Amino acid sequence: MLEVSNLHATVGNKQILNGINLSVKAGEVHAIMGPNGSGKSTLASVLAGREEFDVTEGSVVFQGQDLLEMEPEERAREGIFLAFQYPVEIPGVNNAYLLKAALNEIRKHRGEAELDAMDFMTFVKERMNILEIDQSLMNRPVNEGFSGGEKKRNEIFQMAVLEPKLAIMDETDSGLDIDALRIVSNGVNAMRNAERATVVVTHYQRLLNYIVPDFVHVLSGGRIVKSGDKELALELEDKGYSWIEGVTESVGS
Amino acid sequence: MADNGLTSEVVSDEMQTIEGRLSQEYKYGFVTHIDQETIPPGLNEEVIGIISSKKDEPDWLLDWRLKAYHKWLKMEEPTWPMVEYDEIDYQAISYYSAPKSKEDGPKSLDEVDPELLETYKKLGIPLEEQKMLAGVAVDAVFDSVSVATTFKEELEKAGVIFCSFSEAVLNHPDLVRKYLGSVVPASDNFYAALNSAVFSDGSFAYIPRGVKCPMELSTYFRINAAQTGQFERTLLVADEGATVSYLEGCTAPMRDENQLHAAVVELVALDDATIKYSTVQNWYPGDKDGKGGIFNFVTKRGKALTNAKVTWTQVETGSAVTWKYPSCILQGDNAVGEFYSVAVTNNYQQADTGTKMLHLGKNTRSTIVSKGISAGKGQNTYRGLVRIGKNAKGARNFSQCDSLLIGDQCGAHTFPYLEVRNTSSQVEHEASTSKIGEDQIFYCRQRGLSTEDAVNMIVNGFCKEVFRELPMEFAVEAQKLLGVSLEGSVG
Repeated sequence: MLEVSNLHATVGNKQILNGINLSVKAGEVHAIMGPNGSGKSTLASVLAGREEFDVTEGSVVFQGQDLLEMEPEERAREGIFLAFQYPVEIPGVNNAYLLKAALNEIRKHRGEAELDAMDFMTFVKERMNILEIDQSLMNRPVNEGFSGGEKKRNEIFQMAVLEPKLAIMDETDSGLDIDALRIVSNGVNAMRNAERATVVVTHYQRLLNYIVPDFVHVLSGGRIVKSGDKELALELEDKGYSWIEGVTESVGS
Repeated sequence: MADNGLTSEVVSDEMQTIEGRLSQEYKYGFVTHIDQETIPPGLNEEVIGIISSKKDEPDWLLDWRLKAYHKWLKMEEPTWPMVEYDEIDYQAISYYSAPKSKEDGPKSLDEVDPELLETYKKLGIPLEEQKMLAGVAVDAVFDSVSVATTFKEELEKAGVIFCSFSEAVLNHPDLVRKYLGSVVPASDNFYAALNSAVFSDGSFAYIPRGVKCPMELSTYFRINAAQTGQFERTLLVADEGATVSYLEGCTAPMRDENQLHAAVVELVALDDATIKYSTVQNWYPGDKDGKGGIFNFVTKRGKALTNAKVTWTQVETGSAVTWKYPSCILQGDNAVGEFYSVAVTNNYQQADTGTKMLHLGKNTRSTIVSKGISAGKGQNTYRGLVRIGKNAKGARNFSQCDSLLIGDQCGAHTFPYLEVRNTSSQVEHEASTSKIGEDQIFYCRQRGLSTEDAVNMIVNGFCKEVFRELPMEFAVEAQKLLGVSLEGSVG
């Protein structure tokens, strides 16, 4: 589904990604871990198409298409969803309104009929229950005045409604208490199926107790320095990222 | 009355029966209008005399115009607004031009600027109306005319008078004479004085005591609006306990060659009356380099007597330069004034707009919500005055002025003036300035929206409090219009 090859990216003059190789197949859950500044969030942003990052080398192929040639909205319509680390507030814009507009853009792209307000509400009700989203949250302006937990829950709720092919979660667990973490994870797990792939970017192993990954990759210095199964996450937790820094040096030399 | 249409003898207003007027129009109106030419540029007493005579106006109105003219001569163009433009040569303007004959306009929509048509399409304007707005000659029998007639009948049944200002002068001279200049005196300001001297036409509405106007005075007006001309004069009177909602203007850009527009609108809300006046203004803003465009210098003011309410709602997206402060004189006790405004400046547009709330009566209340949006090299100024008089005990005002910037070459300015002359009043002012963030746009795009739709959605969210004050069908058009006005302002 997703083939990242030798991906290099900069922001300003700063080199952040130094040759990422990553292959994600449908149905898989990949966790990307790494210390602060290792390039985890940059990788998520580059995949989503954020413009302040320049790709200087390498390629990304998504479902046979050159992803880097696509505008962010085309990527979204093709099925890439980014759950933001810091969801933005949009004052005055109803949460349900944005979501309905987004869903209809995607449906239009797929050649499906657009949903009217009634059909839309029926469609989202069930997903609201899974993520324990209150009706009032739907009628509030996008993320405005939401607590940290509500913002993250709202991201996953949007994901559940938009049904992406590739979901990228950028540190969704940061700032979540244990109850919210459970709710968010339930939402993600409920969506796991053979057609959908998920990339979970996280700093901590904790989230992976709830969302169990098929693969774990450790990022350091803008490169994947180690890959393994879920045991790798536990090992990291045990030994700390300094263990990896050592590995990086040996790889680099 | 002389055959050439000049009023050469004093005819008292009361003597002018409707019947006589109708025959007069039948006899000369049509023919003379076709033959009339645009009079040469320049402004003097003679020109004003010609304007007045072409309209068969009574002497008192000619006198009123002439007095205004003499006051205007002694006045100076205001220089305090935050707008810049080349000096206007008032002697180079022609102050009367005959209604456009059908031959002058495009013959069909095929001859109309495709860009204009594209905008109409985006706004969802019906085809027949597109023709009218674009100045295409339309047959005498076209759908909207019959619609207008139906409306007119229904209004008549309710006792509502709604007609052009010229018709009102002829058919309802007592009402016009009583209220004309009662809210905006001829000497009020430079542009109001100019308008009073040379006003071309406009609208007049009178809602009788206790009557709730059975419909929005909008659709009918929209159909007539295309020909109101450069110096528009509107007078709206809601008698005691009457209610009316009025929509001025048109969301579609109008084909218009006039550079200077100086309009006056007067609203009179007698005891317990309610007037809601909504404007959507989308005149030609000039091109991307700031060439051309309308100068829109407007004086709008409403007077509210005891328990009366005047609400101004405006969405200003057009014109090269806007100078406009729809205001409320809260004269009676418990009177309420409201001002809801969205002003957009893109490219080289400049707007200096706001309101004045003059609290005279006890327990008067006013609300100001102003949303300024600047994009491109646009300059947007909010200028507002809240004055609470000595006797306005218990008066309250709430003001909120928000500015939204798109890009980094535009400007937003806020000048709130507060004058409170008693101790039992409450005044609140909130202001904010924000920038449309790349982050907000990216967030929407990541959810599948185009940049254009994202900006649209964010800006509409910003304006929500104002849009919800507009009559439903125009709120929808105003939202679309905002998108059209800001096209190309991002990335």
